[in-house]
Amino acid sequence: MIKRVTFRNRWLPYLLLLPQLAVTVVFFLWPAAQALYQSMLVEDAFGLSTEFVWFENFEELFADPLYLEAFLNTVVFSFSVAFVSMSAALLLAVMADRTIKGTTAYKTLLIWPYAVAPAVAGVLWFFMFNPVVGILAYVLRGVGYDWNHYLDGGDAMTLVVIAASWKQISYNFLFFLAGLQAIPRSLIEAAAIDGASPFKRFWTIIFPLLSPTTFFLLVVNVVYAFFDTFGIIHATTEGGPAGATQILVYKVFSDGFIGLDLGGSAAQSVVLMAIVIGLTVVQFRYIERKVEY
Amino acid sequence: MAELHLNGVQKIYPNGFHAIHGIDLDVTDGEFIVLVGPSGCGKSTLLRMVAGLETISDGAVDIGGRVVNQLEPADRDIAMVFQNYALYPHMKVYDNMAYGLRNRGMAKDEIDRRVREAAGILELEPLLDRRPNQLSGGQRQRVAMGRAIVREPSVFLFDEPLSNLDAKLRVQMRVEIKRLQRRLGITSLYVTHDQVEAMTMADRLVVMNGGRAEQIGTPIELYDNPATTFVATFIGSPSMNLLEGTVAEGGVSVALDSGASIDLPDPRPELAGRPVTLGVRPEHLTPTADGSGMTLRLDLVEQLGADTLLHGHLDGDERRLVTVRLNGHFAPGQESVRVAATSAVHLFDRESGGRI
Ligand SMILES: Nc1ncnc2c1ncn2[C@@H]1O[C@H](COP(=O)(O)OP(=O)(O)O)[C@@H](O)[C@H]1O
Ligand SMILES: [Mg+2]
Repeated sequence: MIKRVTFRNRWLPYLLLLPQLAVTVVFFLWPAAQALYQSMLVEDAFGLSTEFVWFENFEELFADPLYLEAFLNTVVFSFSVAFVSMSAALLLAVMADRTIKGTTAYKTLLIWPYAVAPAVAGVLWFFMFNPVVGILAYVLRGVGYDWNHYLDGGDAMTLVVIAASWKQISYNFLFFLAGLQAIPRSLIEAAAIDGASPFKRFWTIIFPLLSPTTFFLLVVNVVYAFFDTFGIIHATTEGGPAGATQILVYKVFSDGFIGLDLGGSAAQSVVLMAIVIGLTVVQFRYIERKVEY
Repeated sequence: MAELHLNGVQKIYPNGFHAIHGIDLDVTDGEFIVLVGPSGCGKSTLLRMVAGLETISDGAVDIGGRVVNQLEPADRDIAMVFQNYALYPHMKVYDNMAYGLRNRGMAKDEIDRRVREAAGILELEPLLDRRPNQLSGGQRQRVAMGRAIVREPSVFLFDEPLSNLDAKLRVQMRVEIKRLQRRLGITSLYVTHDQVEAMTMADRLVVMNGGRAEQIGTPIELYDNPATTFVATFIGSPSMNLLEGTVAEGGVSVALDSGASIDLPDPRPELAGRPVTLGVRPEHLTPTADGSGMTLRLDLVEQLGADTLLHGHLDGDERRLVTVRLNGHFAPGQESVRVAATSAVHLFDRESGGRI
């Protein structure tokens, strides 16, 4: 039962909600409406004339091979980030779940990357992979790989995936660890008595039981890679070389503020908005129903 | 089919806690042994050492003529039923039972035959396609049993398997488990803290206290000849009454500290003058018609229908609660009643609590 509070003055509850609603309207709904309106305008580069063109910007957008390429980049980038950060986090969580001593210290250390700003994380990896002075590029050269993310699109994508994943590992780690600790010990013991090797126990018992956590994290990580990685890209590759790391969020920025195509940029924002709404619906649906394992 | 032997088994946990202080136990083939004792006395620890879920600090566990100390749980030829059943929540009932067989690489049709046979015995056939969360507590319990019996192990281990069930179901499952074990003839080690469960199911009982086996024997041996005051009060419900006293001249009676006197059925002249704890079960105290015996001042009368329990204090002893169990009814409104010990009284050393 949810406890209901009854107000004597019928306007008081609305008054109390007002600040929250005002913030939502001013900072979310108004800009969203603006973006929607803008996306239907064409403006010349000097801002002297504007024309209302309905969905022309969208038509152009979906006919633009560069945009479709950015879309593909985003999908590759997001799923790579989700996969890398989640598998690394799962491995660390399984190890942390087994340790008996020093768990707190271990956990604390693993949580630190989450406190690092995206741009700083990007720059950190950028320097480590720098073809001239970077330690990791040096190591790679040592094993015969000529690393250069200034020239090679694949290298650049790998760099941003690593930087973005690294930052997200902490978050995933915490959820996986909590998920692991929620699995009753007796289940693992029963499986051991049932003759399952540790490897088999993991894949047939533990991993399936973690699937609600895994699904939740997948959505969170994809959302993160879609929308929260601007700083990392901006501080490192700036979408280059030759658009190889151009993801949708970054393209909104570069087309709008550098290319000054405000209408096109706004149309891209609207597309992103639709994607985020879609992902949120998926997530809420899931939270309400829980994944059936 | 196997014998199980524990020789001087000890457990010291990594934090230094000495949980089991050396237990010897020989279980014959097909015997049903119940480990019983209060919470925290080390029953689960001992069972888990047999299962291979805890390391054995000292001594040896021998299953079917093999010392299994160093073997993995899977290689010990045991099956275990857990208190919370430990069913795999993401697998159907069928797969829960088949899992252990598949891991051992058994042929598909043999797995199917065994699972269906076990399901038949346990009346689980209509439930084979369900998940554990679609089952009632009693049904889960049966699936856990099924998972154990499909393996056809040498030894069954049970860790309080009925304590999550309601009272009625508990009695019913108690009978079912016992019947199933008889039928399959599999050596079993069963942990419980419930002495009624222990008495009704066991071929032999191990009464544990503080990591030691206080006494090992059949339910009747333990009831008739408890080795210590601990066993005396733990076995039997309601508990045995313990009264302090001193053995009188000639060893024919015990003079209680309350002032009353209880005759000993067999005189013990060698104990004359010795302070003792006298034990007498509630069912061995009866009201006297002729006014002889001791005065019991009543605090509470519990009418159970078939029986009546009288709780009170002996005149002159405010400390010890004494319980009397009568067959049939008791006229209400009485303040006190005269009672006498009929036959069985037990004498224990006052210091050590050991039987004398
Ligand atoms: N992993 C452990 N480390 C240290 N002490 C433990 C551990 N497990 C159990 N104990 C202690 O060992 C004693 C016996 O526990 P247990 O065998 O679970 O008791 P029971 O099953 O009879 O209730 C308890 O005092 C408990 O606190
Ligand atoms: Mg226990």
